[in-house]
Amino acid sequence: MSVTVDQIALNQWIVCAWMGQVAPGARRDTVVLGQRIRLTCLVDGALACHELAADGSAGRQLPLIQRYEMVFTTLGAEPRPLPEIAEFTESDRKIVNCGSVGVNTSPYRIIENFLDMAHLCFVHTDVLGSLDNTEVYSYKTEHRTGLDEVWATDCAFFQPAASKAAAVSGGGQLTHYKYRVMSPFSVMLYKNVYDEPDRDDVICVFIQPLGETQCFAYMTMAIVDANSTVGELIDFQQTIFLQDRVILENQRPALLPLATSAEIPTRADLSSIAFRRWLKATGIRFGILRAEAA
Amino acid sequence: MGLRLYDYTLSGSCYKVRLLMNFLGLEYERVPVDFYPGREHKTPAFLEINALGQLPVLEDGALRLRDSQAILCHLANTYDPSGKWLPRDSASFGPVMMWVMFAGGEMMAASAARLHDALGYQLDVERARANAHVAFRILDDHLTERLLQGGRWIVGEHPTIADIACFPYTALSGDGGIGQKDYPAIRNWLRAFRRLPRFKAAPGIPEFA
Repeated sequence: MSVTVDQIALNQWIVCAWMGQVAPGARRDTVVLGQRIRLTCLVDGALACHELAADGSAGRQLPLIQRYEMVFTTLGAEPRPLPEIAEFTESDRKIVNCGSVGVNTSPYRIIENFLDMAHLCFVHTDVLGSLDNTEVYSYKTEHRTGLDEVWATDCAFFQPAASKAAAVSGGGQLTHYKYRVMSPFSVMLYKNVYDEPDRDDVICVFIQPLGETQCFAYMTMAIVDANSTVGELIDFQQTIFLQDRVILENQRPALLPLATSAEIPTRADLSSIAFRRWLKATGIRFGILRAEAA
Repeated sequence: MGLRLYDYTLSGSCYKVRLLMNFLGLEYERVPVDFYPGREHKTPAFLEINALGQLPVLEDGALRLRDSQAILCHLANTYDPSGKWLPRDSASFGPVMMWVMFAGGEMMAASAARLHDALGYQLDVERARANAHVAFRILDDHLTERLLQGGRWIVGEHPTIADIACFPYTALSGDGGIGQKDYPAIRNWLRAFRRLPRFKAAPGIPEFA
Protein backbone atom coordinates (compact mmCIF):
# COMPACT_ATOMS: atom_id res chain seq x y z
CA MET A 1 0.00 0.00 0.00
CA SER A 2 1.58 3.29 -1.04
CA VAL A 3 0.83 6.73 0.36
CA THR A 4 -1.66 8.67 -1.70
CA VAL A 5 -0.43 11.70 -3.62
CA ASP A 6 -3.93 13.18 -3.73
CA GLN A 7 -3.60 16.66 -2.24
CA ILE A 8 -7.31 16.94 -1.43
CA ALA A 9 -7.18 13.73 0.60
CA LEU A 10 -3.87 14.62 2.23
CA ASN A 11 -5.17 17.99 3.38
CA GLN A 12 -7.88 16.64 5.68
CA TRP A 13 -7.88 16.02 9.42
CA ILE A 14 -8.31 12.28 9.67
CA VAL A 15 -9.41 10.33 12.70
CA CYS A 16 -6.79 7.77 13.79
CA ALA A 17 -8.01 6.69 17.25
CA TRP A 18 -10.63 7.56 19.81
CA MET A 19 -9.65 9.44 22.95
CA GLY A 20 -8.47 6.92 25.53
CA GLN A 21 -7.87 4.14 23.02
CA VAL A 22 -4.10 4.27 23.55
CA ALA A 23 -3.37 3.73 27.26
CA PRO A 24 -0.56 5.68 28.98
CA GLY A 25 2.75 4.00 28.14
CA ALA A 26 1.23 2.16 25.17
CA ARG A 27 1.26 2.78 21.44
CA ARG A 28 -0.91 2.08 18.44
CA ASP A 29 0.36 1.49 14.92
CA THR A 30 -2.13 2.15 12.19
CA VAL A 31 -2.38 3.49 8.64
CA VAL A 32 -3.76 6.73 7.23
CA LEU A 33 -4.13 7.12 3.43
CA GLY A 34 -1.52 4.42 2.92
CA GLN A 35 0.95 6.00 5.37
CA ARG A 36 1.88 3.90 8.40
CA ILE A 37 1.78 5.97 11.56
CA ARG A 38 2.45 5.36 15.25
CA LEU A 39 0.48 6.95 18.07
CA THR A 40 2.40 6.98 21.32
CA CYS A 41 0.85 7.78 24.68
CA LEU A 42 3.35 8.98 27.27
CA VAL A 43 2.95 8.02 30.92
CA ASP A 44 1.39 11.43 31.66
CA GLY A 45 -1.28 10.77 29.02
CA ALA A 46 0.12 13.11 26.34
CA LEU A 47 -0.23 11.76 22.80
CA ALA A 48 2.29 12.02 19.97
CA CYS A 49 2.06 10.82 16.40
CA HIS A 50 4.85 9.96 13.93
CA GLU A 51 5.08 8.57 10.44
CA LEU A 52 6.63 5.12 10.30
CA ALA A 53 9.15 4.26 7.60
CA ALA A 54 9.20 0.87 5.84
CA ASP A 55 11.92 -0.30 8.28
CA GLY A 56 9.71 0.63 11.25
CA SER A 57 11.71 3.67 12.29
CA ALA A 58 9.85 6.79 13.35
CA GLY A 59 9.96 9.71 10.92
CA ARG A 60 8.22 13.07 10.69
CA GLN A 61 6.08 14.07 13.66
CA LEU A 62 2.45 14.73 12.75
CA PRO A 63 0.06 17.22 14.36
CA LEU A 64 -2.86 16.01 16.49
CA ILE A 65 -6.23 17.43 17.49
CA GLN A 66 -8.36 15.77 20.15
CA ARG A 67 -12.01 16.65 19.83
CA TYR A 68 -15.47 15.05 19.72
CA GLU A 69 -13.99 12.06 21.65
CA MET A 70 -11.71 11.44 18.66
CA VAL A 71 -8.03 11.88 17.83
CA PHE A 72 -7.33 13.46 14.44
CA THR A 73 -4.11 13.83 12.50
CA THR A 74 -3.19 15.10 9.05
CA LEU A 75 -0.47 14.40 6.49
CA GLY A 76 -1.10 17.72 4.72
CA ALA A 77 0.38 21.18 5.20
CA GLU A 78 -2.90 23.09 4.98
CA PRO A 79 -5.69 20.86 6.21
CA ARG A 80 -9.33 21.79 5.84
CA PRO A 81 -10.44 22.89 9.35
CA LEU A 82 -12.33 20.46 11.56
CA PRO A 83 -16.08 21.13 11.50
CA GLU A 84 -17.79 22.91 14.36
CA ILE A 85 -20.45 20.80 16.09
CA ALA A 86 -21.98 22.95 18.81
CA GLU A 87 -24.03 20.18 20.45
CA PHE A 88 -20.91 18.57 21.92
CA THR A 89 -20.58 21.45 24.38
CA GLU A 90 -24.16 21.21 25.77
CA SER A 91 -23.83 19.96 29.31
CA ASP A 92 -27.00 17.86 29.51
CA ARG A 93 -26.01 15.62 26.63
CA LYS A 94 -24.47 12.19 26.84
CA ILE A 95 -21.32 12.21 24.74
CA VAL A 96 -20.95 8.66 23.51
CA ASN A 97 -17.95 7.17 21.78
CA CYS A 98 -19.05 4.01 19.95
CA GLY A 99 -15.53 2.98 18.92
CA SER A 100 -14.62 2.11 15.36
CA VAL A 101 -15.79 -0.56 12.94
CA GLY A 102 -13.64 -1.84 10.09
CA VAL A 103 -15.33 -1.66 6.69
CA ASN A 104 -13.71 -2.82 3.48
CA THR A 105 -15.01 -0.27 1.02
CA SER A 106 -14.26 3.31 0.01
CA PRO A 107 -15.02 6.08 2.53
CA TYR A 108 -17.67 7.55 0.24
CA ARG A 109 -19.76 4.36 0.15
CA ILE A 110 -19.93 4.61 3.95
CA ILE A 111 -21.02 8.24 3.73
CA GLU A 112 -23.64 7.50 1.10
CA ASN A 113 -25.07 4.67 3.14
CA PHE A 114 -25.32 7.04 6.10
CA LEU A 115 -27.14 9.61 3.94
CA ASP A 116 -29.52 7.07 2.45
CA MET A 117 -33.01 6.94 3.97
CA ALA A 118 -34.41 4.39 1.52
CA HIS A 119 -32.47 1.49 3.04
CA LEU A 120 -33.64 2.05 6.61
CA CYS A 121 -36.77 -0.06 6.37
CA PHE A 122 -35.04 -2.94 4.59
CA VAL A 123 -31.72 -3.14 6.42
CA HIS A 124 -32.86 -1.92 9.86
CA THR A 125 -36.34 -3.44 9.73
CA ASP A 126 -38.55 -2.73 12.77
CA VAL A 127 -35.95 -0.34 14.21
CA LEU A 128 -35.14 2.55 11.87
CA GLY A 129 -37.83 1.68 9.36
CA SER A 130 -40.77 -0.62 8.80
CA LEU A 131 -41.85 -2.53 5.71
CA ASP A 132 -45.30 -0.87 5.89
CA ASN A 133 -43.82 2.63 5.58
CA THR A 134 -41.11 2.61 2.95
CA GLU A 135 -41.70 6.02 1.38
CA VAL A 136 -38.87 8.54 1.38
CA TYR A 137 -40.64 11.89 1.49
CA SER A 138 -39.37 14.73 -0.64
CA TYR A 139 -36.45 16.60 0.93
CA LYS A 140 -33.98 19.31 -0.02
CA THR A 141 -30.24 19.37 -0.56
CA GLU A 142 -27.91 22.33 -0.73
CA HIS A 143 -24.24 23.14 -1.00
CA ARG A 144 -23.55 25.58 1.85
CA THR A 145 -20.81 27.58 0.24
CA GLY A 146 -19.60 29.35 3.40
CA LEU A 147 -18.86 26.05 5.14
CA ASP A 148 -18.28 24.25 1.85
CA GLU A 149 -20.49 21.44 3.11
CA VAL A 150 -23.36 19.45 1.62
CA TRP A 151 -26.60 19.47 3.62
CA ALA A 152 -29.86 17.56 3.21
CA THR A 153 -32.76 19.17 5.07
CA ASP A 154 -36.49 18.64 5.65
CA CYS A 155 -35.97 14.90 5.75
CA ALA A 156 -38.61 12.79 7.45
CA PHE A 157 -38.99 9.05 7.82
CA PHE A 158 -41.36 6.83 9.75
CA GLN A 159 -39.47 4.84 12.37
CA PRO A 160 -40.74 2.14 14.72
CA ALA A 161 -37.82 2.62 17.16
CA ALA A 162 -35.78 5.64 16.07
CA SER A 163 -33.48 5.66 19.10
CA LYS A 164 -32.82 3.82 22.32
CA ALA A 165 -35.36 6.03 24.13
CA ALA A 166 -38.01 5.59 21.43
CA ALA A 167 -37.44 1.82 21.38
CA VAL A 168 -38.21 1.63 25.10
CA SER A 169 -41.38 3.67 24.63
CA GLY A 170 -42.71 1.88 21.55
CA GLY A 171 -45.26 2.95 18.95
CA GLY A 172 -43.09 4.55 16.30
CA GLN A 173 -42.73 8.14 15.16
CA LEU A 174 -42.12 10.34 12.16
CA THR A 175 -38.47 11.25 12.67
CA HIS A 176 -37.13 14.50 11.25
CA TYR A 177 -33.58 14.46 10.01
CA LYS A 178 -30.93 16.83 8.74
CA TYR A 179 -27.78 15.44 7.19
CA ARG A 180 -24.46 17.18 6.90
CA VAL A 181 -21.41 16.08 4.90
CA MET A 182 -18.60 17.87 6.72
CA SER A 183 -15.66 16.70 4.61
CA PRO A 184 -14.89 13.86 2.19
CA PHE A 185 -14.27 11.64 5.23
CA SER A 186 -16.91 12.78 7.73
CA VAL A 187 -20.66 13.00 7.91
CA MET A 188 -23.24 13.61 10.61
CA LEU A 189 -26.96 13.81 11.15
CA TYR A 190 -29.36 15.70 13.36
CA LYS A 191 -32.51 13.82 14.32
CA ASN A 192 -35.19 15.15 16.60
CA VAL A 193 -34.95 14.03 20.21
CA TYR A 194 -37.60 11.45 21.07
CA ASP A 195 -39.53 13.53 23.64
CA GLU A 196 -38.12 17.01 22.92
CA PRO A 197 -39.02 17.85 19.30
CA ASP A 198 -37.18 21.18 19.39
CA ARG A 199 -33.82 19.59 20.00
CA ASP A 200 -31.74 17.25 17.88
CA ASP A 201 -29.65 14.25 18.75
CA VAL A 202 -26.34 14.32 16.94
CA ILE A 203 -24.65 11.28 15.42
CA CYS A 204 -21.30 11.64 13.65
CA VAL A 205 -19.25 9.25 11.57
CA PHE A 206 -15.58 10.06 11.11
CA ILE A 207 -13.77 7.80 8.67
CA GLN A 208 -10.14 6.72 8.77
CA PRO A 209 -9.22 5.57 5.25
CA LEU A 210 -6.31 3.16 5.63
CA GLY A 211 -6.33 2.68 1.88
CA GLU A 212 -8.79 3.45 -0.89
CA THR A 213 -11.15 0.60 -0.04
CA GLN A 214 -10.20 -0.14 3.57
CA CYS A 215 -11.61 2.03 6.34
CA PHE A 216 -12.34 2.33 10.00
CA ALA A 217 -15.60 4.16 10.68
CA TYR A 218 -15.69 5.85 14.10
CA MET A 219 -19.03 6.84 15.56
CA THR A 220 -19.48 9.50 18.17
CA MET A 221 -22.76 10.94 19.43
CA ALA A 222 -24.18 13.77 21.54
CA ILE A 223 -27.53 12.47 22.75
CA VAL A 224 -30.29 13.90 24.92
CA ASP A 225 -31.42 10.87 26.90
CA ALA A 226 -31.44 10.90 30.67
CA ASN A 227 -32.57 7.30 31.04
CA SER A 228 -30.42 5.07 28.84
CA THR A 229 -26.93 4.09 29.94
CA VAL A 230 -23.97 4.80 27.67
CA GLY A 231 -23.62 1.04 27.24
CA GLU A 232 -27.19 0.78 25.98
CA LEU A 233 -26.70 3.70 23.56
CA ILE A 234 -23.53 2.09 22.17
CA ASP A 235 -25.26 -1.26 21.85
CA PHE A 236 -28.09 0.30 19.83
CA GLN A 237 -25.76 2.16 17.48
CA GLN A 238 -23.34 -0.74 16.93
CA THR A 239 -26.25 -3.03 16.09
CA ILE A 240 -27.30 -0.60 13.38
CA PHE A 241 -23.79 -0.25 12.05
CA LEU A 242 -23.08 -3.98 11.84
CA GLN A 243 -26.32 -4.39 9.88
CA ASP A 244 -24.98 -1.82 7.39
CA ARG A 245 -21.50 -3.27 7.26
CA VAL A 246 -22.43 -6.52 5.54
CA ILE A 247 -24.35 -4.57 2.88
CA LEU A 248 -21.56 -2.04 2.39
CA GLU A 249 -18.89 -4.67 1.87
CA ASN A 250 -20.96 -6.23 -0.88
CA GLN A 251 -21.41 -3.05 -2.92
CA ARG A 252 -19.57 -3.10 -6.26
CA PRO A 253 -17.51 -1.38 -7.34
CA ALA A 254 -16.05 -0.51 -3.95
CA LEU A 255 -14.49 2.62 -5.42
CA LEU A 256 -17.07 5.33 -5.98
CA PRO A 257 -17.99 6.11 -9.58
CA LEU A 258 -18.54 9.81 -10.25
CA ALA A 259 -19.64 9.60 -13.88
CA THR A 260 -23.34 10.39 -13.93
CA SER A 261 -23.99 7.42 -16.20
CA ALA A 262 -22.37 4.88 -13.87
CA GLU A 263 -25.20 4.36 -11.39
CA ILE A 264 -28.80 5.34 -11.85
CA PRO A 265 -30.20 7.36 -8.96
CA THR A 266 -33.83 7.80 -7.97
CA ARG A 267 -35.56 10.78 -6.42
CA ALA A 268 -34.70 9.45 -2.94
CA ASP A 269 -30.98 9.63 -3.83
CA LEU A 270 -30.94 13.42 -4.02
CA SER A 271 -28.42 13.65 -1.18
CA SER A 272 -26.11 11.16 -2.89
CA ILE A 273 -26.32 13.17 -6.13
CA ALA A 274 -25.42 16.37 -4.27
CA PHE A 275 -22.59 14.60 -2.46
CA ARG A 276 -21.11 13.18 -5.69
CA ARG A 277 -21.40 16.51 -7.46
CA TRP A 278 -19.56 18.18 -4.58
CA LEU A 279 -16.88 15.45 -4.49
CA LYS A 280 -16.33 15.89 -8.22
CA ALA A 281 -15.95 19.65 -7.78
CA THR A 282 -13.27 19.16 -5.10
CA GLY A 283 -11.19 17.27 -7.67
CA ILE A 284 -10.47 14.41 -5.27
CA ARG A 285 -9.21 11.20 -6.93
CA PHE A 286 -8.47 9.08 -3.85
CA GLY A 287 -11.10 6.32 -3.52
CA ILE A 288 -12.78 7.31 -6.78
CA LEU A 289 -13.33 4.82 -9.58
CA ARG A 290 -10.89 5.45 -12.42
CA ALA A 291 -10.97 4.52 -16.09
CA GLU A 292 -14.46 5.77 -16.66
CA ALA A 293 -13.94 6.14 -20.39
CA ALA A 294 -17.10 6.47 -22.43
CA MET B 1 -37.63 -18.31 37.26
CA GLY B 2 -35.31 -15.30 37.01
CA LEU B 3 -32.98 -15.75 34.05
CA ARG B 4 -30.49 -12.93 33.55
CA LEU B 5 -28.08 -12.74 30.61
CA TYR B 6 -24.99 -10.53 30.61
CA ASP B 7 -24.99 -9.83 26.93
CA TYR B 8 -23.28 -8.02 24.07
CA THR B 9 -25.29 -7.79 20.87
CA LEU B 10 -22.39 -8.23 18.45
CA SER B 11 -20.96 -11.25 20.28
CA GLY B 12 -21.60 -14.50 18.43
CA SER B 13 -21.19 -16.40 21.69
CA CYS B 14 -23.95 -14.35 23.35
CA TYR B 15 -26.03 -14.84 20.21
CA LYS B 16 -25.92 -18.64 20.72
CA VAL B 17 -27.60 -18.22 24.08
CA ARG B 18 -30.17 -15.71 22.80
CA LEU B 19 -31.04 -18.09 19.96
CA LEU B 20 -31.76 -21.01 22.28
CA MET B 21 -33.76 -18.83 24.67
CA ASN B 22 -35.86 -17.65 21.70
CA PHE B 23 -36.39 -21.19 20.43
CA LEU B 24 -37.48 -22.28 23.92
CA GLY B 25 -39.62 -19.17 24.42
CA LEU B 26 -37.79 -18.25 27.64
CA GLU B 27 -38.18 -14.79 29.15
CA TYR B 28 -35.00 -13.26 30.48
CA GLU B 29 -33.53 -10.04 31.75
CA ARG B 30 -30.83 -8.68 29.51
CA VAL B 31 -27.87 -6.79 30.99
CA PRO B 32 -25.97 -5.09 28.13
CA VAL B 33 -22.21 -5.05 28.72
CA ASP B 34 -20.09 -2.42 26.98
CA PHE B 35 -17.66 -4.98 25.54
CA TYR B 36 -16.41 -2.57 22.89
CA PRO B 37 -15.10 0.07 23.07
CA GLY B 38 -15.61 0.19 26.86
CA ARG B 39 -13.98 -3.20 27.70
CA GLU B 40 -16.44 -3.44 30.58
CA HIS B 41 -15.90 -7.22 30.67
CA LYS B 42 -12.35 -6.59 31.93
CA THR B 43 -13.34 -4.20 34.73
CA PRO B 44 -13.00 -5.30 38.38
CA ALA B 45 -16.79 -5.17 38.78
CA PHE B 46 -17.34 -7.60 35.91
CA LEU B 47 -14.42 -9.85 36.90
CA GLU B 48 -16.40 -10.44 40.11
CA ILE B 49 -19.14 -11.88 37.89
CA ASN B 50 -16.81 -13.86 35.63
CA ALA B 51 -13.16 -14.17 36.65
CA LEU B 52 -12.29 -15.03 33.04
CA GLY B 53 -13.57 -11.66 31.87
CA GLN B 54 -15.67 -13.19 29.10
CA LEU B 55 -19.21 -12.99 27.82
CA PRO B 56 -21.83 -14.35 28.05
CA VAL B 57 -22.72 -15.04 31.66
CA LEU B 58 -26.09 -16.50 32.61
CA GLU B 59 -27.66 -16.26 36.03
CA ASP B 60 -30.45 -18.69 36.74
CA GLY B 61 -31.63 -18.03 40.27
CA ALA B 62 -28.62 -18.72 42.49
CA LEU B 63 -26.72 -20.44 39.69
CA ARG B 64 -24.18 -18.41 37.75
CA LEU B 65 -22.67 -19.87 34.59
CA ARG B 66 -20.01 -18.71 32.14
CA ASP B 67 -19.14 -20.24 28.73
CA SER B 68 -21.82 -20.21 26.04
CA GLN B 69 -21.47 -23.98 25.48
CA ALA B 70 -22.07 -24.74 29.16
CA ILE B 71 -25.00 -22.32 29.18
CA LEU B 72 -26.58 -24.01 26.14
CA CYS B 73 -26.27 -27.37 27.89
CA HIS B 74 -27.81 -26.01 31.08
CA LEU B 75 -30.75 -24.33 29.36
CA ALA B 76 -31.53 -27.35 27.19
CA ASN B 77 -31.15 -29.69 30.15
CA THR B 78 -33.45 -27.62 32.36
CA TYR B 79 -36.02 -25.93 30.14
CA ASP B 80 -36.66 -28.25 27.19
CA PRO B 81 -39.05 -30.98 28.35
CA SER B 82 -39.15 -32.39 24.80
CA GLY B 83 -35.44 -33.19 25.00
CA LYS B 84 -35.09 -32.41 21.29
CA TRP B 85 -32.45 -29.71 21.64
CA LEU B 86 -30.26 -31.99 23.78
CA PRO B 87 -31.15 -35.59 23.03
CA ARG B 88 -30.20 -38.01 25.82
CA ASP B 89 -30.11 -41.27 23.82
CA SER B 90 -26.60 -42.60 23.61
CA ALA B 91 -26.49 -42.52 19.81
CA SER B 92 -27.05 -38.74 19.83
CA PHE B 93 -25.82 -37.30 23.13
CA GLY B 94 -22.09 -37.88 22.51
CA PRO B 95 -22.11 -36.54 18.93
CA VAL B 96 -24.10 -33.45 20.00
CA MET B 97 -21.58 -32.72 22.75
CA MET B 98 -18.69 -33.30 20.33
CA TRP B 99 -19.98 -30.63 17.93
CA VAL B 100 -20.86 -28.27 20.79
CA MET B 101 -17.22 -28.48 21.93
CA PHE B 102 -16.04 -28.01 18.34
CA ALA B 103 -18.06 -24.77 18.22
CA GLY B 104 -16.36 -23.51 21.38
CA GLY B 105 -12.93 -24.68 20.20
CA GLU B 106 -11.77 -24.93 16.58
CA MET B 107 -14.55 -22.73 15.25
CA MET B 108 -13.58 -19.76 17.42
CA ALA B 109 -10.84 -18.96 14.88
CA ALA B 110 -13.64 -17.44 12.78
CA SER B 111 -14.53 -15.23 15.74
CA ALA B 112 -10.95 -14.00 15.97
CA ALA B 113 -10.93 -13.04 12.28
CA ARG B 114 -14.16 -11.12 12.79
CA LEU B 115 -12.79 -9.28 15.82
CA HIS B 116 -9.82 -8.26 13.69
CA ASP B 117 -11.80 -7.07 10.67
CA ALA B 118 -14.85 -5.55 12.33
CA LEU B 119 -13.57 -4.27 15.66
CA GLY B 120 -9.92 -3.62 14.79
CA TYR B 121 -8.36 -6.18 17.15
CA GLN B 122 -4.66 -6.59 16.47
CA LEU B 123 -3.99 -10.29 15.91
CA ASP B 124 -2.67 -12.65 13.22
CA VAL B 125 -5.70 -12.58 10.95
CA GLU B 126 -4.21 -14.76 8.19
CA ARG B 127 -3.62 -17.53 10.67
CA ALA B 128 -7.10 -17.09 12.15
CA ARG B 129 -8.68 -17.30 8.69
CA ALA B 130 -6.63 -20.38 7.77
CA ASN B 131 -7.70 -22.13 10.99
CA ALA B 132 -11.33 -21.15 10.40
CA HIS B 133 -11.16 -22.66 6.91
CA VAL B 134 -9.90 -25.93 8.42
CA ALA B 135 -12.87 -25.95 10.80
CA PHE B 136 -15.37 -25.06 8.06
CA ARG B 137 -13.99 -27.82 5.83
CA ILE B 138 -14.61 -30.35 8.60
CA LEU B 139 -18.16 -29.07 9.21
CA ASP B 140 -18.95 -28.95 5.49
CA ASP B 141 -17.73 -32.52 4.98
CA HIS B 142 -19.85 -33.66 7.90
CA LEU B 143 -22.96 -31.87 6.63
CA THR B 144 -22.41 -33.36 3.16
CA GLU B 145 -22.26 -36.82 4.69
CA ARG B 146 -25.43 -36.08 6.65
CA LEU B 147 -27.13 -34.94 3.46
CA LEU B 148 -26.25 -38.23 1.77
CA GLN B 149 -27.90 -39.99 4.72
CA GLY B 150 -30.96 -37.79 4.27
CA GLY B 151 -30.27 -35.52 7.27
CA ARG B 152 -30.09 -31.74 7.25
CA TRP B 153 -28.94 -31.10 10.85
CA ILE B 154 -25.59 -31.79 12.49
CA VAL B 155 -27.04 -34.65 14.55
CA GLY B 156 -30.41 -36.37 14.18
CA GLU B 157 -33.71 -35.27 12.71
CA HIS B 158 -34.26 -32.14 14.78
CA PRO B 159 -31.87 -29.19 15.23
CA THR B 160 -29.91 -29.46 18.48
CA ILE B 161 -27.68 -27.21 20.55
CA ALA B 162 -24.88 -28.45 18.27
CA ASP B 163 -26.50 -26.55 15.38
CA ILE B 164 -27.07 -23.50 17.59
CA ALA B 165 -23.49 -23.51 18.84
CA CYS B 166 -22.05 -23.78 15.32
CA PHE B 167 -24.41 -21.30 13.68
CA PRO B 168 -23.28 -17.77 14.70
CA TYR B 169 -19.61 -17.76 13.74
CA THR B 170 -20.32 -19.72 10.57
CA ALA B 171 -23.09 -17.33 9.52
CA LEU B 172 -20.91 -14.32 10.43
CA SER B 173 -17.76 -15.58 8.68
CA GLY B 174 -18.01 -12.88 6.01
CA ASP B 175 -17.54 -10.27 8.75
CA GLY B 176 -14.02 -11.70 9.15
CA GLY B 177 -13.27 -11.89 5.44
CA ILE B 178 -13.93 -15.64 5.26
CA GLY B 179 -15.91 -16.57 2.15
CA GLN B 180 -18.31 -19.51 1.98
CA LYS B 181 -18.07 -20.38 -1.69
CA ASP B 182 -16.26 -23.66 -1.00
CA TYR B 183 -18.85 -24.82 1.52
CA PRO B 184 -22.12 -25.62 -0.28
CA ALA B 185 -23.38 -27.93 2.48
CA ILE B 186 -22.76 -25.22 5.07
CA ARG B 187 -24.69 -22.72 2.96
CA ASN B 188 -27.67 -25.08 2.70
CA TRP B 189 -27.57 -25.73 6.44
CA LEU B 190 -27.39 -21.99 7.24
CA ARG B 191 -30.42 -21.42 5.03
CA ALA B 192 -32.40 -24.18 6.73
CA PHE B 193 -31.43 -22.83 10.16
CA ARG B 194 -32.63 -19.32 9.32
CA ARG B 195 -36.01 -20.76 8.33
CA LEU B 196 -36.59 -22.29 11.77
CA PRO B 197 -39.65 -20.95 13.60
CA ARG B 198 -38.69 -18.27 16.16
CA PHE B 199 -35.29 -17.72 14.52
CA LYS B 200 -34.03 -14.20 15.09
CA ALA B 201 -31.31 -12.62 12.98
CA ALA B 202 -28.34 -10.77 14.44
CA PRO B 203 -26.47 -7.77 12.95
CA GLY B 204 -24.46 -9.08 10.00
CA ILE B 205 -26.87 -11.95 9.32
CA PRO B 206 -29.65 -11.16 6.87
CA GLU B 207 -33.12 -12.20 8.04
CA PHE B 208 -34.16 -13.49 4.62
CA ALA B 209 -33.11 -16.98 3.69
